[in-house]
Amino acid sequence: MKYNALSLLKQGLTGQQGWPQAWRSATLQPRYDAVVIGGGGHGLACAYYLRKIHGVPRVAVLERGWLGGGNTGRNTTIVRSNYFFPESAALYDFALRQYEQLSEALNYNIMLSQRGILMIAHSDHDMELMARGVNAMLLNGIDVELLSAAQVRAELPLANASPTARYPIHGGFTQRRGGVARHDAVAWAYARAASALGVDIVQNCEVQDFIFEAGRIVGLNTSQGEVRAGNFGLSASGHNGVLAGKAGFRLPITSYTLQAMVSEPVKPILHTVAMSTATGMYVSQSDKGELVFGQGLDLYPSYTQRGNFNITQSVVASMLEIFPAFRGLKMLRQWGGIVDVPWDYSPILGPSPVEGLHLNCGWGTGGFKATPAGGYFLAHSMATGGHHDISRPFDISRFTTGALIDEAAGAGIAH
Amino acid sequence: MQLIPCPWCGPRNEPEFSYGGEPAVRPIPAESVSDATWSDYLHFRANPKGRARELWCHSAGCGQWFIMERDTATHAIFATLKPGAAA
Repeated sequence: MKYNALSLLKQGLTGQQGWPQAWRSATLQPRYDAVVIGGGGHGLACAYYLRKIHGVPRVAVLERGWLGGGNTGRNTTIVRSNYFFPESAALYDFALRQYEQLSEALNYNIMLSQRGILMIAHSDHDMELMARGVNAMLLNGIDVELLSAAQVRAELPLANASPTARYPIHGGFTQRRGGVARHDAVAWAYARAASALGVDIVQNCEVQDFIFEAGRIVGLNTSQGEVRAGNFGLSASGHNGVLAGKAGFRLPITSYTLQAMVSEPVKPILHTVAMSTATGMYVSQSDKGELVFGQGLDLYPSYTQRGNFNITQSVVASMLEIFPAFRGLKMLRQWGGIVDVPWDYSPILGPSPVEGLHLNCGWGTGGFKATPAGGYFLAHSMATGGHHDISRPFDISRFTTGALIDEAAGAGIAH
Repeated sequence: MQLIPCPWCGPRNEPEFSYGGEPAVRPIPAESVSDATWSDYLHFRANPKGRARELWCHSAGCGQWFIMERDTATHAIFATLKPGAAA
């Protein structure tokens, strides 16, 4: 069914009882042409592009839990492409441009709201580094603007503008095309579009190990039985390292817990995404009115999806120092997601060291904004066996050649 | 919040400690090691889910480094050992 004003009217008049299922939950078949491991936004996007662009006939997505139940549903929904290095800018802006036309392309409202992202500088030194970063981004073709202290105060009237504030405001910069999108809707939109093209989305299907023949991965043993395919894609975020281990190689990544939290909902009080350089804190207000915020990693390896209280406290403290007015709000929920952080904070894309397996790994703390790109380039690698020009610099070989893409600052999160 | 038993100071609060990575043995002599081996030593780790053996530092306490054996999936701590102590 095509979603439009007419279908909405028709369903409204008939008690909303006629909406069909948006996508089909399939049972695992024994053989496919391509199998994607991980049913988050990235994996679902990959399956969609495999069918849509490359015409791969039989495609499946395997998800250990439920669709979009990992980091896709746990991030703080921010999209942006303000990256320092040309390679990253090309990659993340590809994703942002896909996001800009995704609702129409997939006939599903992903609620993209380009309300802008605003990085606050808390010192003159922050400002100098920001001016350098902004110049680099402009050279990369990313539309960012350096802001004066007065401009930041005008954008963030609730921020503590006192010169004696713990984190005073010295200026900032903005990417006005940045903003937020409904993260679940991105997964559902890709799932619906992929399902309509015949992709099997298999939930509660955990990969147990890989089946090799003559050094090549030819199949998987899963909790729902054996499956064979021509090519496999690894897109399991925090668990990529675990699965790589089962496939017989290691990745240059560490899995950490990244926390996020929301306040109770209130009327509109924050119209952009505010981010703080010194603390790593970021906060936006959801369409429901909740403040959605986070800051940094629990700084040791963890697979717990929880996060410890000392970090929660630090996140809240940073936000309240910058926005004292938020002090009166109650916290509604706090959670954690497992993020796979590489040594240079840039993703690892393309063919893996093992034949038959392709990587979409290492998105670390910033995977949601890249969902369309992660899916697109994984599909490209699986279908063609090689790199797209945009994904080539992100090949795993960079850790041996030394051509790292160090985006520790671009990641925007306290690491 | 976790209580981590420093081998020198006894149980202390988690924020006093810093994680120092998975131990790796430096291949020598460095100048004759292949790029792949060197890269493996520098960047590639097991990143285990479950039982792990890690370097930690009581950075905001006594400043000493030690080995911690713990479970990354449950945060259970099995042992903390002074460097050089048998596992």
